[in-house]
Amino acid sequence: MAFVNMKNKEVQAKIVYYGPGRGGKTTNLEYIYSKFRERIKSDMVSIKTHGDRTLFFDFLPFDIGKIMGYDVKIQLYTVPGQVKYDATRRLVLKGVDGMVFVADSQIEQRKKNILSLKNLQENLASYKKSIFKVPLVLQYNKRDLEKGGVSLLPMETLEKDLNSQLKVPSFPASAVTGENVVPTMKKIISLTMTSLQNVMK
Amino acid sequence: MGSNYDDNVSFTDYTLGQEQLERIEHILTEDLIKSGVHSALLIDMAGNIIAKCDNGNCEHDLYSLAALASANFAAVDTMAKIVGEEEFSLLFHKGESESIHFSKVNIEFLLITIFGKEVSLGLLRLKVAEAVEKINNVW
Repeated sequence: MAFVNMKNKEVQAKIVYYGPGRGGKTTNLEYIYSKFRERIKSDMVSIKTHGDRTLFFDFLPFDIGKIMGYDVKIQLYTVPGQVKYDATRRLVLKGVDGMVFVADSQIEQRKKNILSLKNLQENLASYKKSIFKVPLVLQYNKRDLEKGGVSLLPMETLEKDLNSQLKVPSFPASAVTGENVVPTMKKIISLTMTSLQNVMK
Repeated sequence: MGSNYDDNVSFTDYTLGQEQLERIEHILTEDLIKSGVHSALLIDMAGNIIAKCDNGNCEHDLYSLAALASANFAAVDTMAKIVGEEEFSLLFHKGESESIHFSKVNIEFLLITIFGKEVSLGLLRLKVAEAVEKINNVW
């Protein structure tokens, strides 16, 4: 439900980073914010608890310039990952145009990834949207831990667990080091803009 | 997937042409800004800014404000449902020099006004109610 302003020739699109708690959604946005500091005019908004966990959402507005004559403003959001915050997660998903699912590559997080993806599907369904229709990119985060000797879920397992039906683009990544954070974002922006093109004609 | 799903995932639920936007901006300026409101924003429930007008001296980060306002409204609305209310009709945050008032326009839109001490809450609510009615007539 992007908003296309025909008068000011401006498009606002909402991209939401979803995934299990402590998976690196906020870190993705923080990396983008630090990387593109000069292009992002406003501050990143974070509503978090004292323990630094996301309570409601993070918000980062991002001007990506002109596409087909329209000024495109991408609004990046994260959801709180913790199971108990399902109501707020659903609120943030309202009007979503594109999604990044940030999965945690650690072996013990395998079940949480699957449950969170299922939760995304259910919450989208509450807005009558199908996870198979909304632009989606998967990110397998924390791949850097492998260098520190932590054994991670193999990429094939993650693909099989999460992407065997969806068949969407996926990236191994490390939000902490920034590896593949920007490519993930570029991919979801391009998928989202493609899906919006028929509105902008 | 069955027919429960809406295929037009990326279309807005509403369409606003240039003429409608101009009429909305005119209402915001005439009814609110000229009554002393510092800034008036029409936003949708997803946090997008539909129209904005200010008195020229407003330097707030309105995109972040819109995102937070829609989330805040949705949260309060959910709280109302939990305690068995259809909605809370007055949503107002009072500050030392700036205050914020929220008003639901319809199921899709929210009118946010930012105003200072020189405007009384009573007058503001009256003006906002008038503006809301006029905006609803734009469709």
